[in-house]
Amino acid sequence: MSSVFFQAVAATIIASSIPLILAAIGELVAERSGMLNLGVEGMMLMGAVCGFIGAYFSSSTLVGALCGVAAGLAMASLYGLLTIGFAVNQVAAGLALTIFGQGLSGLIGAHYVGLKRDGAPHLHLPWLSGLPYVGHMLFGEDGFVYAALALVAGVAWFLRYSRAGLNLRAVGDNPASAHALGMSVGGTRLMAVLFGGACAGLSGAYLTLAYTPFWSPGLSAGRGWIALALVVFASWKPWRVVLGALLFGGATILQLQAQALGIRLPSQMLSALPYVVTILALILLNLRRYRGSLTPAALGLPFVADT
Amino acid sequence: MTKISRRNVLTGAASLGLGMATTGRASAATKLKAAFVYVGPVGDFGYSYQHDQGRLELQKALGDKVETSFLESVPEAGSEQTFAQLARSGHDLIFGTSFGYMDPMVKVSKQYPKVKFEHATGYKRTPNLSTYSAKFHEGRYVIGQIAGKMTKNNTIGYIAAFPIPEVVSGINAFMLGAQSVNPGIKLKIIWANVWFDPGKEADAAKVLLSQGCDIICQHTDSAAPLQVVEKAGKHGFGQSSDMARFAPKAILTSIVDHWGGYYIKRTQAVLDGTWKSTDTWGGMDLDMVRMAPFTNMPDDVKAMAVATSAAIKADKLNPFHGPITKQDGTIAAKAGEAVADKDILSMNWYVKGIDDKLPS
Repeated sequence: MSSVFFQAVAATIIASSIPLILAAIGELVAERSGMLNLGVEGMMLMGAVCGFIGAYFSSSTLVGALCGVAAGLAMASLYGLLTIGFAVNQVAAGLALTIFGQGLSGLIGAHYVGLKRDGAPHLHLPWLSGLPYVGHMLFGEDGFVYAALALVAGVAWFLRYSRAGLNLRAVGDNPASAHALGMSVGGTRLMAVLFGGACAGLSGAYLTLAYTPFWSPGLSAGRGWIALALVVFASWKPWRVVLGALLFGGATILQLQAQALGIRLPSQMLSALPYVVTILALILLNLRRYRGSLTPAALGLPFVADT
Repeated sequence: MTKISRRNVLTGAASLGLGMATTGRASAATKLKAAFVYVGPVGDFGYSYQHDQGRLELQKALGDKVETSFLESVPEAGSEQTFAQLARSGHDLIFGTSFGYMDPMVKVSKQYPKVKFEHATGYKRTPNLSTYSAKFHEGRYVIGQIAGKMTKNNTIGYIAAFPIPEVVSGINAFMLGAQSVNPGIKLKIIWANVWFDPGKEADAAKVLLSQGCDIICQHTDSAAPLQVVEKAGKHGFGQSSDMARFAPKAILTSIVDHWGGYYIKRTQAVLDGTWKSTDTWGGMDLDMVRMAPFTNMPDDVKAMAVATSAAIKADKLNPFHGPITKQDGTIAAKAGEAVADKDILSMNWYVKGIDDKLPS
């Protein structure tokens, strides 16, 4: 196989992994603070539609991406108000957020269906893009790819080395102790939820600005749910999100490649392959894990301080 | 027009909307009430969008006698309630446009014998339930010929949704059209196993391009593959509606579903009191399948496509006219004969020359 073919395949895999990485890294931070937000799909759709509209009117991908982030933030603050402000059940609030986002994005975007704009420009980095074999593949992508990798690196550093990250993890594992130590549990969780919303919004904007540059209702097609599963798959570790997303994206693309090559396996089975691979990986990871997991101990539990 | 959107409001609110539609009836008491139920959003710019275009055509033609409304994104499971509610709330004529509405519509039609029902792409009828569908494969034959002429390396990519007869007969008609002008054509088929997932459809198009296809044909609903093809400087075709706006340089033509004529005819029949339960399977002859303008191709290819469309429309050319050999070498239709309609409607085999295994 030629290197051109190899690079084309790799670029397709990366492109299909980016929305998963973006949404999952945001959800990971929210979950590490104890907030299980099942509204990722709804926040993504809102980010997708608002990102598209913003970019359509401003003719700027950057403005579009910021609109997507803003939409994700707005949705997340609604979730934060319900779950932190009123201590509503997180699962119910998250599901409601997804349904709400699906409906509202369809309504907002009704007049923008069928419009199109050019995909986000690919940013070629001087010198690096010209490297043989890997240059075009790794350094010839659109801005979202770099943003995603920078976000993962930032989150990994933040959670591990920063004081605020340590506080966030403490809030996720034992909110009562954190509260007793004088930390603001609600405030920390709200910031984490907002970060998750911003990332989901950006992920949605990536869909309508770079991946498939048009708006159509429901175009995220379940990617928000896959992002949620990836967080568990990654056992709440940032870099494993990238690994999981690439594995999932890789399985998806390779099954399409296999079909086009005429490999005679039932296509339904091939379509299920990415999910099967993900489940198998989950089982293997669990078997290998001999010590306690990173699952935030207070995940999904509301916290109301006694005063 | 009453717009009741299932996707935009919660189910409870939608039933409320139906109630409100009913109260508004007094002012329009003399008008016939026709309702349309779609499986997708009208904004899909594909299948459901085209049905709604048909509804608008009906509204325009008979608006003084008919009041139309629609429900979008109605899941097939649980649609029985939707149809019953429409029948209860005073609708005289109800169109259901997805295959999966079949059994619910059969059941509800028996409960409301005075209401007329019309079901697209199904095969079960009752005294007050008609069926209708379009010969989409006629359009596929035309685009197969175009692809056969336009390809430079004889390799064409085909993104298919599900291995159901409509899609399989489309692949076969496409291949027969391509073979009629270019016997050495190769087809690479990807089953996406979805009707609508822009990301996956785009990925499939990228994969087919990476394997050397220079023309991509799709039987899935979003315009994503066309955008990929446009960016790569190759060619493709639109599905269900004219998708030229998404890929002005890449698009060769689109197969356009056209339901308006049928909707007007059937509604007029209800108004005249001549409506009967029937089955309609129309193609280009009944103007139910149309070809969008032929673009981005040399004049001789365009002339050929125009001539082929005209011949099909005039009933002088049948894509499934023999001799047709199946992939396994058995004869599907002898010279001078054609594959029977019922065999097209239940097609589960490939024609000779397709190097792929049909998922069962």
